[in-house]
Amino acid sequence: MTGLDSPERPVPPGPKAGNSCQTRRVFGVLIRIDSVTKRYPDGTVAVDRLSLEIPDRSITVLVGPSGCGKTTTLRMINRMIEPSEGTILIDGQDSRQQPVNTLRRSMGYVIQNAGLFQHRTIVDNIATVPRLLGWKKDKARERARELMDRVGLDASLAKRYPYQLSGGQQQRVGVARALAADPPVLLMDEPFSAVDPVVRKGLQDELLRIQAELGKTIVFVTHDIDEAVKLGTMVAVLRTGGKLAQFAPPAELLSHPADEFVEDFLGADRGVRRLSFFPSTGLELTMAPVVTAGGGTEGASVDAEFLLVTDADGRPLGWTKPEDLATDGQLLPYGRPFVVGTDSLRAALDCAVLSPTGWAVAVDADGKVTGVVSQQTIAQAIRGAHDEGRTDADAKVTG
Amino acid sequence: MNLFHFIDAFFSDSAHWHGYDGIPTRLAEHLGYTLEALGLAVLIGLPVGLVTGHYGRGGNALSLIATAWRALPTFGLLVLLTLLYGFGLINVMVPLVVLAVPPILVTTYEAMRSVDPSPVDAARGMGMSEAGVLFQVELPAALPLVLSGIRSGAIQIVSTATIAAYVGLGGLGRFIIDGLYQRDYEKVVGGATLVAGMALATLAVFWAVGRVAVSAGVRRSG
Repeated sequence: MTGLDSPERPVPPGPKAGNSCQTRRVFGVLIRIDSVTKRYPDGTVAVDRLSLEIPDRSITVLVGPSGCGKTTTLRMINRMIEPSEGTILIDGQDSRQQPVNTLRRSMGYVIQNAGLFQHRTIVDNIATVPRLLGWKKDKARERARELMDRVGLDASLAKRYPYQLSGGQQQRVGVARALAADPPVLLMDEPFSAVDPVVRKGLQDELLRIQAELGKTIVFVTHDIDEAVKLGTMVAVLRTGGKLAQFAPPAELLSHPADEFVEDFLGADRGVRRLSFFPSTGLELTMAPVVTAGGGTEGASVDAEFLLVTDADGRPLGWTKPEDLATDGQLLPYGRPFVVGTDSLRAALDCAVLSPTGWAVAVDADGKVTGVVSQQTIAQAIRGAHDEGRTDADAKVTG
Repeated sequence: MNLFHFIDAFFSDSAHWHGYDGIPTRLAEHLGYTLEALGLAVLIGLPVGLVTGHYGRGGNALSLIATAWRALPTFGLLVLLTLLYGFGLINVMVPLVVLAVPPILVTTYEAMRSVDPSPVDAARGMGMSEAGVLFQVELPAALPLVLSGIRSGAIQIVSTATIAAYVGLGGLGRFIIDGLYQRDYEKVVGGATLVAGMALATLAVFWAVGRVAVSAGVRRSG
């Protein structure tokens, strides 16, 4: 039988998806889409001479209105749709050089509604690709259990069937299934668009966390610009007819939209949204109007219009007028505080706008008050940040 | 004399339980015809239904042919074949198979078409072969409906296999035809009861097969 061994026995070096590596990590690879066109027999052009260099170990988001060819582009990467013209290079290799199923097994694939196999248990769903690659059942299941842990699924769900899981849990299984064979590339086609906003946020945060750990090359399709801005290292905006409108990091997209189409697509509040890219670290906080409950007004500036009362541990309780402090009256709610360092200027501004006093409360990671800041101070910080951003972007353009 | 009286008289007569015209022999013959005809019908209908359903092509042609087949009168076909080729088992098998193929074929096709497309898309995207997609993704999901198609084919064969008696063969039809001829209504009712009982047993068998073969995940979600 040895004479019948396949000629491609000597495996070339490089980040290939192996089937015997629990310790070796497979990082993402670069994907180059080179003037690819998809034309259907009826003459419709879904994607028109699209060129994109999808950087390795990062999340690249394809975004655009319906009919812009974003899903077609994604599906051309794993040849679910064959391009009419142009080439797609995966790690420098033409995607047509290997058998189509070998190519697909080296890429995780996550779709809307997860597409789980109803007749298989969760653990067997996740073990699908390892089984296709010829792993032994026990080893594939062991790997599947590892992945359940990685995507935040309780081990007790392993023997359940998909219908017993919520939409969010099912989508986690979808992500785990895509990661099971440790592929360098992950293709995600509107994976989170069918779940409610709260669950979606959880899944997005989880994806960012997993990506920070695994460093795959993720191509992510969405029609939701907020999702694109949140997840993308790079964002490709496509316009109807499958043409690339702009390819840029999200901050640059928001500050310098290439044209009217991109600007419209970003929406009216792109200015506010852009603030998510500026840290709240530089804000000038003041402890002047902060008093401890029962501790009197010493140390606090009495001329302030409102005082923030904290408990003995320094956690915020609410706002009060200086003259009401002694009377132990009803405190005004302090709204949602922002965490200095972790939250952005957008979060700080949001807190200030929502606060009945116009002041935002800043807390540390433990929830203790580190100071308060007024809308005016935040506005100054925003102006400063914008100036800085402009110089940055200009430098990028000219450099 | 009522129906139950006939039934009671038929089954309590010990003479009906022995010999070449006894209940066990006739049951075994009837079961034999049924299994053979069903086996052939499944062999024809299932693969065609699975493949056309998988590729989604030929659906219209299929339902046309199936409708035409259904219009063939079973009894007429039996008489015609017997006139042409003389007496023989094959002349009974052909009409029974013709009777059972359409429900099996059409239901299998419909079952495959109604499988949720997203797991199929996911399976292809993960690099599963077409055969893998068919047998590991589509068929397990379509199985309850596929089984129901085979079940209706089986029930039709069970109740129609009585026609074998018209051309001198055995089976439960013997009791009915001989009884009518001899004006022995006890025998007629007894034979009919046995056919009905066998149809019910067929239902039970398919229920049991479904319990074993269909995944709990499909049974509960579907």
